[in-house]
Amino acid sequence: MVTLQASASERGALRIGSGAGFADDRIEPAVQLVESGDIQYLVFECLAERSVALAELERRRDPARGYNPWLADRMTAVLPECARRGIRVITNMGAANPRAAGALVAELARARGLRGLSVAVVTGDDVLDRILERPDLPLLEREGTVGSLGDRVVSAHAYLGCEGITHALSQGADVVITGRVADPSLYIAPLVHEFGWDTSDWDLIAKGACAGHLMECGAQVMGGYFADPGHKDVPGLADLGFPIAEVHPDGTFTISKLPGSGGLVTPATCTEQLLYEVHDPSAYPSADVVADFSEVRLDESGHDTVLVRGARGRRRPDDLKVSVGYRDGFTGEGQISYAGPNALPRARLALDVLRARIEKQGIASGAARYELIGVDAVSRGIGPGTGSACDLRPGLGTAGPDRLNEVRVRVAARTDTEDGARRIAHEVSAMWLNGPAGGGGVVTSVTERIAIASVFLPRSDVTPSVTFAEV
Amino acid sequence: MLLHALAHARSGDKGNVSDITVIAYEARDFPLLRGLVTAERVQRHLAAFLEGGEAGEGEVRRYELPHLGALKFVLEGALDGGVTRSLSLDTHGKCLGSLLLGMDIGDDHEPESESAPELNPEPPEPPEPPDSPQWSGTRTSHGTRR
Repeated sequence: MVTLQASASERGALRIGSGAGFADDRIEPAVQLVESGDIQYLVFECLAERSVALAELERRRDPARGYNPWLADRMTAVLPECARRGIRVITNMGAANPRAAGALVAELARARGLRGLSVAVVTGDDVLDRILERPDLPLLEREGTVGSLGDRVVSAHAYLGCEGITHALSQGADVVITGRVADPSLYIAPLVHEFGWDTSDWDLIAKGACAGHLMECGAQVMGGYFADPGHKDVPGLADLGFPIAEVHPDGTFTISKLPGSGGLVTPATCTEQLLYEVHDPSAYPSADVVADFSEVRLDESGHDTVLVRGARGRRRPDDLKVSVGYRDGFTGEGQISYAGPNALPRARLALDVLRARIEKQGIASGAARYELIGVDAVSRGIGPGTGSACDLRPGLGTAGPDRLNEVRVRVAARTDTEDGARRIAHEVSAMWLNGPAGGGGVVTSVTERIAIASVFLPRSDVTPSVTFAEV
Repeated sequence: MLLHALAHARSGDKGNVSDITVIAYEARDFPLLRGLVTAERVQRHLAAFLEGGEAGEGEVRRYELPHLGALKFVLEGALDGGVTRSLSLDTHGKCLGSLLLGMDIGDDHEPESESAPELNPEPPEPPEPPDSPQWSGTRTSHGTRR
């Protein structure tokens, strides 16, 4: 394959683009990075904690599915140009069915005449059989064992490290499709492959993990999920792009963006992402390393460019974290709005009526929430405008709840059965003709809950393997 | 004055644990925030999310990163079981950081200049032993539930 772009060794650094930061991320920014980002790798991170369990249920319904629903769209958008430019693609969009995802990508490549493209599939993260053999395994951060989840367990996936991907790259893979892999490992793998990093050089691997951590949420490091008008303004949010990491062989790197794309890269945007979902900043564990971000320095080294230095690391954990998905009953939910004069008292009356009807029938098996969107649903009453002390302070909260011009009732309740959840939702629908005056905009839903518990499994019980799909 | 005037925030979630980063806009305000936004005050401000859980839930830990002007709060059991189980409209607790910025920190604050760290100063020489982190931020733990 003809490579149009300079290799990592030619330029002394590797440029990796983020193609996605979550399952439903935008597609166009990845295309822009491929066309103008001068990147050698494009990484799509698309698996949240629960996604793989939901994908597993989909795979059981249809053995040809169970991968990210945007896989074909994303690959169709970038693959021909990636192939032309020699940009290698790494993604966990395989979710619960990496083999089917690999076959689909190979088929797409064939249909576009990309003969010779090498599509690798990394498996081994599905450890359901091993977990079920070990009912004594304790659940993390809560009471109970795998056995206590009984026959409700539907999936178990280990967070693999970088080794499967690096092996695939060493075999010449142009596209690497995985299921569950620790998010930073998707970015560590190309660094290990290109620079020949020793995977037991913990400081070096931690620098790769730091780059991966900053990149794995896509636009979040460059002004996505950041704008607060008048306080934190983000230029061109509508045209927000995705970030580029330029990593040097010693592990120092910059985060930057395409000139002309929306967003911004500053120490502030990078600080939010560096510490995002990190608990102890000096000990952030993942499959390849325990990273220490506590002395990381973020320096503006150019326009929309931040230089990142100072991550260190310690030996990787001996065990791999495993997410166990299990069926956890159902949720029934309904919402209805009230507006105009006296909206709030009518909404409160609606809640009282709903609570009385639901409690009388005993259909909510466990917890239930009766709340008002616009008053206390996401805030639980914290802050100004909700009757708190802040309302008495001038200039802080002038819209007391009694003056609300519209408010939305929300009822959500947990049930053991789907029928119970239907009946919860049905009670909210019934407010059309059986509640206070002027209710509108009823929306209801019935959802089976797939919950996640975590366990540790010894690394020796998990064997990544790499296969290649025929193009 | 609300915390929102001096700092920005981002919330994350892992299981039933919420994490909130509070970041000073200006380096000179960090010592003030460090003094005012304690783990206890965060626990009180967000009590509606932290109370009523099981043992060990409701705990708030704080980590300090002065060179980044940042405080990290880790809130155990704040997410009604976590994104997969919560009945909340905001199952991830993504709004918690913004709610924390609504904390009233009083008015009349003199800028504290004497001990303000420079944001992103030159990094020190990398310390040698990776097994003993040099970072010395206090880990404030509150096991008691109110």
